[in-house]
Amino acid sequence: MQVNPTINRLGEQAILLQWDFEISPENLKFLLSVKKYIAQNVVKQEVETTNTYISLLVNYVSSIESVYSDFERLKALDFQSIPVEAVASRLYRVPVCYDAEFGLDLELLAKEKSLTIDELIRLHTAPEYTLYFIGFLPGFLYLGGMDERLKMPRKSEPRASVLKGAVGIAENQTGIYPNSSPAGWQIIGNCPVALFDPKSEPPCPFTPGDRIQFYSVSKAKYDKIQQEVQAGTYQLIPTHG
Amino acid sequence: MANIHVLRPGFYTTLQDTGRHGVAQYGVPQSGVMDSFSSGKSNLLLNNNLNAAVLEILMTGPILEFSSETYIAVCGAQFDILLNDQPISLAKRYRVQKGDVLKFGKLHKGLRAYLAVSGGFQSESVLGSRSQYPGITTAAKLEKGMSLAITDEVVTAKALSRVNFEDTQLWDPAIEVYPGPEFALLSTEEQQQLFERSFTLSSKSNRMAIPFEETLNNTLKGITTGPVLPGTVQLTPSGTLIALMRDCQVSGGYPRVLQLSTFGICQLAQKRPGEAISFKRKALDIGAISR
Repeated sequence: MQVNPTINRLGEQAILLQWDFEISPENLKFLLSVKKYIAQNVVKQEVETTNTYISLLVNYVSSIESVYSDFERLKALDFQSIPVEAVASRLYRVPVCYDAEFGLDLELLAKEKSLTIDELIRLHTAPEYTLYFIGFLPGFLYLGGMDERLKMPRKSEPRASVLKGAVGIAENQTGIYPNSSPAGWQIIGNCPVALFDPKSEPPCPFTPGDRIQFYSVSKAKYDKIQQEVQAGTYQLIPTHG
Repeated sequence: MANIHVLRPGFYTTLQDTGRHGVAQYGVPQSGVMDSFSSGKSNLLLNNNLNAAVLEILMTGPILEFSSETYIAVCGAQFDILLNDQPISLAKRYRVQKGDVLKFGKLHKGLRAYLAVSGGFQSESVLGSRSQYPGITTAAKLEKGMSLAITDEVVTAKALSRVNFEDTQLWDPAIEVYPGPEFALLSTEEQQQLFERSFTLSSKSNRMAIPFEETLNNTLKGITTGPVLPGTVQLTPSGTLIALMRDCQVSGGYPRVLQLSTFGICQLAQKRPGEAISFKRKALDIGAISR
């Protein structure tokens, strides 16, 4: 694995570190370890360091002076020596209702893949998906680890709007729309859990490195969870492991 | 608390401060003023903190009625501005009284003006910022009949009554940029074209992004979805250049060929759809070269 990144300034107030490696849970663990190390040992000013699949962005609120010196310190850093830590990888079980009411493209997908709807649901709920990062929309989770058998292109015509919580598939990715929005993904279900609430602290319950496993719930159970979410009594409890 | 009553909201008037920091990890856009040079000037005239919330006024401005006295200053785009039907100047501090009406008229130059009030607008702060954004703040922009809270105290400290700023460069059509992370993947000819040709702002421009009409043929492949910032200029496979602006997403999959300087973002924010610009390469003082 390549451990030394390409390091570039991105404008006056940010530093971009990019690696040339595969997207994998092991490499994510390395990225998150470097992210933690930089926050604790390299940068002096208040910054926000975010990761994507193979990059870290160190973003400064202002203070240009320290961008210069931190940039030099990062270039001098021996990335090989950074300890790869056991980053907190919480496992969350997240409910999804795959009823026809929500699973707009389930039938199409089942037909295309020569699977029954039950088999399709089983394939979608089997993996522990890895959360790489949150982007695209507030609370949109970039999840890795979908079964190849569910791979499906985007819809040729995007829908003007899908429901908040819509669970979809596009290419080799699966994801949840945190809010009602236009959508080009194949929609297979709906998740009643709030993925983004600007009034909550933190506004999204998940962090990169977490693992997520979906489980199928009936419409009745979905309605019950949704009521609890609205009442503020629903709790997602992680299982460590 | 004192407030300002919105008699007419204008085309797209929003409350903005310098934006949200520390929440990109949740996928939340940075937001904030598009032209921080002009908004900063308006706040400076009133002795406000540079992060104080201002009104960002676009194309057709609002009509506002004040419920109490305060000071105001407007900087940025040149509008006809009337205070109780009397014309007032840009970049100057004015005292307003209870019942006064401020009206924005014809736009003569630029695109965005900034109205600051003493102490800054006191609207709701969500995730550390008052900047309006759909799904984050309760309102996404000004609407008719809204009341905008302002502070009661009128700051009478030794604020400057007039500041002369050299702003010729703000109107310059040559926009300051740095090479972006994927710039080096362009051929020498493609790189030259980026700096030699001019590009017209598309009518699809908004606070999220400014696409350009002319295309730049290229053979760049998409990148693994990676970080982007306000000012990142992406190049799509079909050759469209897209300058991401303050409300942009936090990640993207198109090659990032240029990065506007902080001042370059301000320059571009004042250009109207249909106007042509060019990109002018600026050197980062140090550390711009990858190892």
